[in-house]
Amino acid sequence: MPHPFIHDVARHVVTVAVATLTISTGHAQQTAEQLHQRTTAAMCANCHGSEGRTVAGSAIPALAGMPKNDMLRHMKAFKDGSRPATVMHQITKGLTDAQIETLATYYAATQR
Amino acid sequence: MKRRSFVQASMALGSVSALGSMVACATTGSIPKQARVVVIGGGYGGATTAKYIRMLSNYQIDVVLIEPDAAFVSCPLSNLVIGGSKTMADITTPYDKLSGKHGVQMVRDYVSSVDAEKKTVTLASGPSIRYDKLVMSPGIDLMFNTIEGLKEANTSGQILQAWKAGPETLALRKQLEAMPDGGVFAITIPEVPYRCPPGPYERASQAAHYFKQQKPKSKVLILDANQDVTSKGPLFKKFWADNYKGILEYVPQHKVVGVDAKTNTLKFEIQNDIQAQVLNVLPAMRAGNIAVQSQLANMNARWCGVNFQTFESTQAKDIHVIGDAIMIAPLMPKSGHMANSHGKVTAAAIVAQLSDMAVNPAPFLTNTCYSFVNDKLVVHVASVHQYDAKDKTYKTVPGSGGLSPAPNELEGVYAMNWAQNIWADSLL
Repeated sequence: MPHPFIHDVARHVVTVAVATLTISTGHAQQTAEQLHQRTTAAMCANCHGSEGRTVAGSAIPALAGMPKNDMLRHMKAFKDGSRPATVMHQITKGLTDAQIETLATYYAATQR
Repeated sequence: MKRRSFVQASMALGSVSALGSMVACATTGSIPKQARVVVIGGGYGGATTAKYIRMLSNYQIDVVLIEPDAAFVSCPLSNLVIGGSKTMADITTPYDKLSGKHGVQMVRDYVSSVDAEKKTVTLASGPSIRYDKLVMSPGIDLMFNTIEGLKEANTSGQILQAWKAGPETLALRKQLEAMPDGGVFAITIPEVPYRCPPGPYERASQAAHYFKQQKPKSKVLILDANQDVTSKGPLFKKFWADNYKGILEYVPQHKVVGVDAKTNTLKFEIQNDIQAQVLNVLPAMRAGNIAVQSQLANMNARWCGVNFQTFESTQAKDIHVIGDAIMIAPLMPKSGHMANSHGKVTAAAIVAQLSDMAVNPAPFLTNTCYSFVNDKLVVHVASVHQYDAKDKTYKTVPGSGGLSPAPNELEGVYAMNWAQNIWADSLL
């Protein structure tokens, strides 16, 4: 009978490995639509960090994990000019509502 | 040196196979096991493409990045090194995370030739690498031979360009430091298109800021081959009038055709000669040499035509060209941010093509470009470029994009954060 602690660790490692495999298999079968959505989201990453995760201490906000409705509200306010900005009012006016919906959905589902 | 490069390349290729089989075990995707993308050039465009092909393929496509330099040195912010408020270390990022974190195989070498038929690139050190897809992100080459005497004066280190950030950036800073107070620093600008439209005006502003603090009798002279300031014109000109009056002088329509290194003199197409203590001469530019040599520069023999949906060359199948080397779409700047955007659209197109998926019918690109008018105040220009399937080009969206209303400190903070985030997005 192995030591219970070691047994737990071993079981944990197996669980993690299976979870990782599942995720990676899921991604491997990504559809064209998913690929296009990731690329759309990547257009924010130049300023807001890869996968919406900024460097530590960034004054430019991270987008990963932002609730979808919050993102939609911010983007709409930038686009209609009701929220002042340095750059975002100019960027949002170049995006369609469908593109903004894609970004909001993507980043809400991305881990912080 | 040659031997070391060869060993590095061989080791890198060996580990590509090892990594390829390791990844293949863990996945069931439709991407061919032998799929391999070679990327030439580790700037904003090439590094981003390499990283995003790995990410967007869920680490299934092998990527080899060929880059001669040991570390990435950013052109954006390099003018602050010349102005004295930043150091080379501040603008330098190592390449190790691309390999360590993302599994990109780094080969430190130049490419001596490309065989588009056999789909191979040959390294300067000898070995060849086979590719399924090739991405060229060679940046620009400076056409020194368009200005008489410039090649020799640059080789000797007397007249610098410092337009490719690196050793010349620091060397130009040292020339300004060594210049006696009361001297003149002259920067000359070629006709558009050239890399980083607002860059020369930012550089002139940085020199003026330095002189104002440290050498108040000195002058900055901008000699521009263009009709007027080519980017952020009203913003720069107002700031110069308000803050650098008597220090900075802007002179349009002056095209340099020759330099005399003995007397540090500029010769112009029309006007009289001008002498200055420090000369920074920017000649006309074209796509990086490997693209020209590979016959991809099919537009005016200077820039590479591409299919904008995929950035595949209009000249050669399965070779994609991105960044400053391409023939731009209307209002598309040659900038690092734009090259990063090109890289992502290209990475996605290549992942789709190698996976037998449809290429994105409606890609778009963003650009944000910050310029420092002193060590803290910044102005920006931003734009959004949507792909137009009918006209097969990118078009800026009416009503989108624009400029800062005036130089401001908040954007100075954002500019620094932009740099940190885009370096991480491209390299880490």
